[in-house]
Amino acid sequence: MNTLIVAGLLLVLLGLAYQMGWSKSRALATPQGVRVHSRSQYHGTLALLWTLVPAVLILAIWAFFSPGVTHWYAVSQIPADVLTSLDQIGLNQQLQRIRDLASGFGVAGEVQPFEVAAGENLGRFQLLSFLIMLAAAAGLGVLGLMLARRRISARLRARNEVERAVIVLLIACSAVAILTTVGIVASLVTEAFRFFTYVNPLDFFFGTVWAPKFSSTGAGDAGQYGLLPLLTGTLMISAIAMLVAVPVGLMTAIYLNQYAHRSVRKIVKPIIEILAGIPTIVYGFFALVTVGPFLRDFGNAIGLPISATSALTAGLVMGVMIIPFISSLSDDILNQVPRTLRDGAYGLGATQSETIRNVLLPAALPGIVGAFLLAVSRAIGETMIVVLAAGNAPILRGNPLEPVSTITVSIVNQLTGDTDFTGPQSLVAFALGLTLFIMTLCLNIVALYIVRRFREQYE
Amino acid sequence: MTDSTLASAAERRKLVRAGLTRRHAGERLFRAFGVIAICLALGFVALLFTDVLRKGIPAFTQSNIQLAVTFDPELLKVDAAPERSPGQSDADFRAARLGWERQVAMLNWNTVVEAALRNAAPEGFEIDSRQILTIAETDARHRVREIFVRDPALLGQTVTVDLLASANTDNWVKGNIDRNLADSQQQLSAPARALIDIFEENGTISQGFAWSLFSNVDSRSAPAAAGLLGALLGSMWMMLIVVILAVPIGVGSAIYLEEFAPKSRLTDLIEVNINNLAAVPSIVFGLLGAAVFINWFRLPLSAPLAGGLVLTLMTLPTIIIATRAALKGVSPALRQAALGMGASRTQMVFHHVLPVTFPSILTATIIGVAQALGETAPLLLIGMNAFVAAVPATPIDQATALPVQIYLWQGNENRNFFEPRTSAAIMVLLAFMITLNAVAIFLRSRLEKRA
Repeated sequence: MNTLIVAGLLLVLLGLAYQMGWSKSRALATPQGVRVHSRSQYHGTLALLWTLVPAVLILAIWAFFSPGVTHWYAVSQIPADVLTSLDQIGLNQQLQRIRDLASGFGVAGEVQPFEVAAGENLGRFQLLSFLIMLAAAAGLGVLGLMLARRRISARLRARNEVERAVIVLLIACSAVAILTTVGIVASLVTEAFRFFTYVNPLDFFFGTVWAPKFSSTGAGDAGQYGLLPLLTGTLMISAIAMLVAVPVGLMTAIYLNQYAHRSVRKIVKPIIEILAGIPTIVYGFFALVTVGPFLRDFGNAIGLPISATSALTAGLVMGVMIIPFISSLSDDILNQVPRTLRDGAYGLGATQSETIRNVLLPAALPGIVGAFLLAVSRAIGETMIVVLAAGNAPILRGNPLEPVSTITVSIVNQLTGDTDFTGPQSLVAFALGLTLFIMTLCLNIVALYIVRRFREQYE
Repeated sequence: MTDSTLASAAERRKLVRAGLTRRHAGERLFRAFGVIAICLALGFVALLFTDVLRKGIPAFTQSNIQLAVTFDPELLKVDAAPERSPGQSDADFRAARLGWERQVAMLNWNTVVEAALRNAAPEGFEIDSRQILTIAETDARHRVREIFVRDPALLGQTVTVDLLASANTDNWVKGNIDRNLADSQQQLSAPARALIDIFEENGTISQGFAWSLFSNVDSRSAPAAAGLLGALLGSMWMMLIVVILAVPIGVGSAIYLEEFAPKSRLTDLIEVNINNLAAVPSIVFGLLGAAVFINWFRLPLSAPLAGGLVLTLMTLPTIIIATRAALKGVSPALRQAALGMGASRTQMVFHHVLPVTFPSILTATIIGVAQALGETAPLLLIGMNAFVAAVPATPIDQATALPVQIYLWQGNENRNFFEPRTSAAIMVLLAFMITLNAVAIFLRSRLEKRA
C-alpha cells in the first residue's frame, strides 16, 4: 500500500517535472528567434532527472535504515523490567506482538497495558516517520526541480547532460554482470568459509565417506563430509556422457558439414538442436521411467546386474543432452578450416574420408578439444538428470552400473527447503558449490583460451 | 632401365588398384558412421517425444462420474439460508450468512455423495459406505457442498452433477492396474471394482477431457483433482520478472560495452566475466539466490520474486552476448551517416543503430525466456519446491513453477496415476517452449525481411 502511494506520488511529480522543463524550454524558443542549444524534450528530461535522483536517494536511504530504526524504537518502548526478563526468542515474540497491535492486526491472548501503549506509540512513530520520509523525498524532489528550472536557458547544454546520465545508467547495467559474479564468489566463499570452521578442509577434500547427518539430530553430531565419493560419481557420469556425446556429436557434425546435401542439413540440424532446448527435468524423467527400467531389463536378459538408477542411466541420457552442444560447436569449427587445405588434399588424390581424418580433423583439433572441455564443464554442472536418475548413493566405488551421487545432487539434497544456514549440514552445499564453480570455471577458461587461440591461426 | 620401370609401373598400378578398393571401403565405412551417428541423434529425439506423448496423452482424459445428487432434507438438517430483511445492515447480513455457511460446512456431505452413488448402483448391490466412497474423488463432497451454498433453494431437489472419479478408479478404468492382482494388492475393494465396472457399462462413469488439469491447483488429498494452474501462474510471474528486468539491463549493458566503453582493463574484465557467467552451472545461481536473496536480503521464500531474480541473472549473459553480436553486425555506414548528419553518439545509437537490431534482440529475449522457463535446479534451492495449493496472486506469494511441479509429481508415490500426469505436464511445458521458439523464428524471419 505504502509503496503504491509512493510510486503514484513519484509518477505525478515526474510528469510535472517533465512538463515544466519542456514548457519553459518552449517558451524560451519563441521570442525573437533565440537559438536554444537543446530541444525541449531534453530540457524536460533533464528536469525529470533532477527531480528523480534526490527523491530516489531519500527513498533508498529510508528503505535501508527504517527497519533498524523501527526495531530500536520498538525495543525502547518495552519497559526495562520486562526487557531484562526476555531472552532473544522472547524478545522477538514480544516485538511481533507489539507490531501486530500497531498495525491493527490484533494479537491472541490477553493484552497487557504496556503492550497497548507500545503498540499505539509504535503505530504513531511509523506513520510519522513515513510522513517525514515522504515530505523529505517530495521536498528534495521539488527543490531539485526548482533548481533545474532555474538553470534552463537557451545556452544550457541539456542534451549533453542527459546523455551523460544515460551513459551512467548504461554503466550501471554493465555493473550488474560484475555484481553477479561478485555475489556468486562472495556468497560461496563466505558460507564455505563458515562451513570450514566446522569441518577441516582436509577432511572435506580428501574424505572418502559422505554421511551428513540431518540437522535435526543435533549440532553435536556433525556427520562426515568427504568429497571423494561425490567427485568420482560426478566424473564417472561425465565420462559416460562424453563417451556417448563425442562420437555421435562429432560424426554428426562431420557428416552434416562434409557429406550431407544442403536440404538434408537444413532439416536435420534444427531437429538435433531441439535436444539442446529440452529442459533437463524432462531428460531426468525420461531417464528415470524409460531408460533406467530398460537398462535394468536388458541387464537381466544378459545376466548383468544393472540398477535402474545408476551412473550408466544418468550418463547415457546426459550424453544425449550434450550431443547438439558438441555437434554445433564442431560444425562451426570445421567451417573455419580454410578450403585450400581441403582442396590441397583432394589434389593429392586423397578420398574424402582421408581428407577429413588426416587434414581437416588435425587442423580443427584444438577447437574440438575446446568444445569437448566446454561440454565436460556442462556435464559436471548438470543437476536435474542426476538428481532423478543417478540413484543418490554417495558411496566410493568404481562400478558404473550401480547408483552413485554427484556434487550437484548433494547440493540439492543439503539445501532444499532449508535456509537456516547455521549448521554444517546446509553450509556444506556452499563448499560443494565452490568446488563445482572452480572446476567449471577452470574448464571454461581453458576451453575458451584454446578455442580463441585456434581461431587466430587462420586469420 | 626402361624395362624395370615399366614392370614396376604395372606393379604399382596393381598396388594402387588393390589399395583403392581398401580405401573406398574405408570411405564407405566412414560415411556409414556419419549416417549412424545422425540416425542415433534423430532416434533419440523421436524416442523422447514418442515416449512422452505415449505416456502423457492418456492423462488428458479423466474419468468422470455423472450422478443424480439429491439434497435430501432428511440428511441435510440445516436452517433455511438467511434472507436479507429490509433495514438489515450489511455487516449483520454477512454475519448471518457466514453463520449459515459454517452450519452447512459442518454437515456430513459424504452421506449425500454416498446416497447418490448408491442410487446409481443396481438394486440390492452390497457395498459398505467406506468402500463406495473410494470410487469418487475425496473432494467430491466439497464440490457438492459448493453447489448447495451457491443455490440453497436446491434443498429437497435433485440435480445432475459431474464429479471426478478418484485416481484409483481412473487407474482401474484405464487399465493401468493389473486386473488379475490378488485382492490384498488392489487399491480398491472387490465390490468397489465390480461397481466401477457396472458404472462404466451403464455410462455413469465416462471419460472426458481433463479440464481440471488446467483449472485446478496442485492437491495432495485429492490426486485426481491436482492441476497445473498454480505452477503455470508461478512460471508466468517469473517470466514476467525476467522480461521486465533482464531485457533492459541486458540491452543497456550490451550497448555500453559495444558502443561507449573505452578499451580498458575494466571493460576487458567485464567481457571475460560475462562469457564466464554464461557457462556457470545453473545450480550455482541457485546457491547465489539462497545466500543473497533469501538469507541476506530476506526476500520471501518460495516466491516468484526470488525465483524471477535468480532466473534474470541467469538470462542476462544470453541477452548481452546476443545483443552485442547484433550491434556488431550493424553496418558502419549507418553509424557514419548518422554522425555525419550531426547526431551525437547517443542519438546515433538509440535512434539509428538500436532499431535495426530489434529482431535479433527480440529473438535472443525469447530464447533466453524459454531457457529460464525450463530451469529447475536453482528454483529448488530457494524453496520453490514447497507444496503450494493456491494461485499466486502477486509475485511475493508462495508459488511453484512448471518444471518444479514436474519434479514434485514424478516423486509422488501414487505412481500409476502420476506417471501419466507428469508426462502430461511435460507436454504442456514442451508445448510452451516450442511455441516460444516458433514465435522467435517467425519474428526473426519476418522482421529481418522488413529491415
